Amino acid sequence: MLTAVLLFLPLAAALLLHFTKGGTARTLALGASLVEFALAAFVAFDFTRHGSGAYNLDYAWISSAGINFHLGLDGLSLLLVLLTTFLVPLILLAAFRHDYDNPSAFYALVLAMQTGLLGVFMSLDAFLFYFFWEVALIPIYFLAGAWGGERRIAVTLKFFLFTVVGSLLMLAGFVYLYLQTGPAASGLAAHSSELSAFYKLRLSAGEQSWLFWLIFAAFAVKMPVFPFHTWQPDTYTEAPAPATMLLAGIMLKMGIYGTLRWLLPIVPLGVSQWQRPVIILAVIGVIYGALIAIRQRDMKRLIAYSSLSHVGLMAAGVFSLTQIGLQGAVIQMLAHGVNVVGMFFVADAIERRTGTRLLPDLGGLTRRTPLLSVCFLVLLLSTVALPLTGGFVGEFLLLAGIYQYSAWVGAVAGLTIIFSAVYLLRLFQRTMLGPDSSFSATITDLTGAELAVFVPLIVLVFWLGLFPGTFLHISEPAVSSILTAVGR
Amino acid sequence: MISIILLSVFGIVQLFLGFLRSNKVLLPAALLVLAVVFGVNLADWNHAPQSFFNHMLTVDNYTVAFTGIVVLTALLLLPFSRSYVVAHEPNLAEYYALLLFSLVGAIMMIGYDHLLMLFVGIEILSISMYVLAGASKRDSRSNEAALKYFLMGAFATGILLFGIALLYGATGTFALSQIAAAVAAPANASLLPMLHIGILLMIIGIGFKVSAAPFHFWTPDVYEGTPTFFTAFMSTVVKTAGFAAFLKLLAVALPAAQGFWAPTIQAMCALTLLLGNVGAAVQTTPKRMLAYSSVSHAGYLLIGLVAGSGTLVGPAASGIFFYSLAYSIATVAAFGVLKLVAAHRQRSDYTALNGLGKTNPLLAAVMTVAMLSLAGIPLTGGFFGKFFLLTAAAGQGHIGLVVFAVIMSMVGIYYYLRPIIAMYLRPAEGPTAEAVPVDGLQSFTLALLALLTIALGIVPGFLSGIL
Repeated sequence: MLTAVLLFLPLAAALLLHFTKGGTARTLALGASLVEFALAAFVAFDFTRHGSGAYNLDYAWISSAGINFHLGLDGLSLLLVLLTTFLVPLILLAAFRHDYDNPSAFYALVLAMQTGLLGVFMSLDAFLFYFFWEVALIPIYFLAGAWGGERRIAVTLKFFLFTVVGSLLMLAGFVYLYLQTGPAASGLAAHSSELSAFYKLRLSAGEQSWLFWLIFAAFAVKMPVFPFHTWQPDTYTEAPAPATMLLAGIMLKMGIYGTLRWLLPIVPLGVSQWQRPVIILAVIGVIYGALIAIRQRDMKRLIAYSSLSHVGLMAAGVFSLTQIGLQGAVIQMLAHGVNVVGMFFVADAIERRTGTRLLPDLGGLTRRTPLLSVCFLVLLLSTVALPLTGGFVGEFLLLAGIYQYSAWVGAVAGLTIIFSAVYLLRLFQRTMLGPDSSFSATITDLTGAELAVFVPLIVLVFWLGLFPGTFLHISEPAVSSILTAVGR
Repeated sequence: MISIILLSVFGIVQLFLGFLRSNKVLLPAALLVLAVVFGVNLADWNHAPQSFFNHMLTVDNYTVAFTGIVVLTALLLLPFSRSYVVAHEPNLAEYYALLLFSLVGAIMMIGYDHLLMLFVGIEILSISMYVLAGASKRDSRSNEAALKYFLMGAFATGILLFGIALLYGATGTFALSQIAAAVAAPANASLLPMLHIGILLMIIGIGFKVSAAPFHFWTPDVYEGTPTFFTAFMSTVVKTAGFAAFLKLLAVALPAAQGFWAPTIQAMCALTLLLGNVGAAVQTTPKRMLAYSSVSHAGYLLIGLVAGSGTLVGPAASGIFFYSLAYSIATVAAFGVLKLVAAHRQRSDYTALNGLGKTNPLLAAVMTVAMLSLAGIPLTGGFFGKFFLLTAAAGQGHIGLVVFAVIMSMVGIYYYLRPIIAMYLRPAEGPTAEAVPVDGLQSFTLALLALLTIALGIVPGFLSGIL
């Protein structure tokens, strides 16, 4: 019951928002998202004490085809649910500074997307998973398309087509798996699209080989893994700041999560067959994203490429198929979510004050903005993976996992830390330090509302850095069971 | 059966009501009749099959289900007749009467058990549609559409009739069950070529009616020229009835000849999907886009015929039912919005929709739901329609066709997004900046159509697998 409330509360609030205007809409949206976070925190607390049994929700959805409305939580889902419910209020708060046209529609779409995201992280039925996967896409398409920058129409169309093509391939893979369950001759009702039924399938290596790519297509586009990334920098740049935060902070994790839950244990033979090519692609993405980030002039684009680089490392860690690599991916999903939302918020804060995102126009901002500088620096150092921050724990574990898989690949992937120090410190230098720009004398420091976004993010950065055990402990059984299913 | 009588009688009554020359009477009367027919039809659900006219017509669950779709479609479409009729014609009673008569034809096509009944049904439906295509008498494009439709249609009907004759020659009967028996155990093997040519000609004849490629060429021109209100009727009721008839012919009368017709249908299906989707992607007006999209949907429905396993029950028949329903509702919504917008803004290309999200949030939202449903995106009925059909086909081992259909539906997403982009992402300017007037009944109907589409997409369980 609580699971259903957790899932549908944002959607209900979104529907309610249509009857409100401006200021009320903002307050209502933020209130709903905070209640949602409190609910998720309660669930997490209860989960760590009593286990997940109470959160299993299973109804017949389309009984004539054996499809169930089946939700459940394990450690992995729980962490992502927490991340989503933690970030959405902050993202809403970040949106408050903008005067968006038709605010009630804007906030309603954010909340509707939250339901889609939570559904993705909690579904235990393949078609339900696919359903929520698309439910999460439609609001973000409109958010990016309707409130985005100059080139939004072409860019969001590309984004939509890329992701839909990927997810249709995944759906085709799921339909194939679904038809393999149960006796073939006795109609659809005998089949099942339950995750557990998929786990029980024993498919031949040949089938798994192509099924791997059908299913991975959706996840690879969503993350995105090189070379499926071409939609990403443009979309991140053109989308309004809150939509970019949703895309990078949470939606990207759908790809990693999907790989962990819906790919590795279902087609383990396919995974071991394609492990090396995928890791190589992921590491290429790490280096490629970093190199391009070094050359960027636009803050938002720079952060977008940096995110591409970091997600490559997560993908490589996942495909190392080691306990430490998977755990690293889990903790890095949280750390990256916090870091990237923070970084985009910094970019947004600067752009709103100065009207530009271009590095050559900026510089010497730090004198009048000590608070912004500190927040920026903390999030930046966490992204660079400095010890004591969340980024360090994640990247260290990821690199350790990749190193276990192959020392050479690990060494190349390790360059990411150097590269990210290069482009991020350059970003900091060109904006906050350096010669004064025309904005240095007039820029104002963070307001209370902005601090309210940064403080929780920074608290979590240090929490993840100092006490990662809190989170690793929650995800460990889930990760172990995934690896057992893969046969490692 | 009672539905047929009611519709015929009230069609004539409608003609007499025409003396009043008042849409205030005619529209409510037509709505009332359709609502009653819808209820009467549903009352027959899950009763023992009844036969009429010396076993020429059967009322069973199959008939009830598809009759339900066509009557519901007509019912939901009628509110959009209002502004059209007022603006154009003094003889509007005739149009209402023809609509009711054409439904009689549709129901006969759905319930037939005898090829003559099929033929009579197709003719009643087609002749009504020929007239309605030319309803806008002073518009030369409407005249062109009517003439084109009539010439092509008459030709196709001839082919269909020839096919029926050959089938009769080969089997000695018009009754579906007896044809099935004769095909399964042929008395004279030398008649086999005649049978096969007969089947082929019938497939061509019906393929024309449902605009399946390569017999679809008339569709874009006719759909474009015909007044939008009747285009919507054509692309929903005619298609639904046509596919119900098609499935019945193949599954009841010709299961034994599956080895012969299955490859033909598969080829038609692939071709239809390709031409429909690629054709729709390059159109410059939403109306022509919807015309090609209706061709592409014929392609998806043909997959259902391929997956049918010789019965009117099971996943394929249920899939066709669900798909037709979702398609009809979404199409009515799309054409409804298009008609209101085009009539007010006096433009027919995509720019007519610019900024509709600002000026008419309801119209834009309904159009969006309709487009997403036609594209097959989850949360809408169209997704489950495709899902059920493709799963049924994959379950029968037609993997290649299913993969092709999935690829084609990716093309579909591109062109169904174009109206959405125009409505929400492009600004309104000049003549498109003012709101399109919509009356209460139309708003209500549009909202209902959108809600039905979403309901089919969220709780499909109550209508899936009913056949």
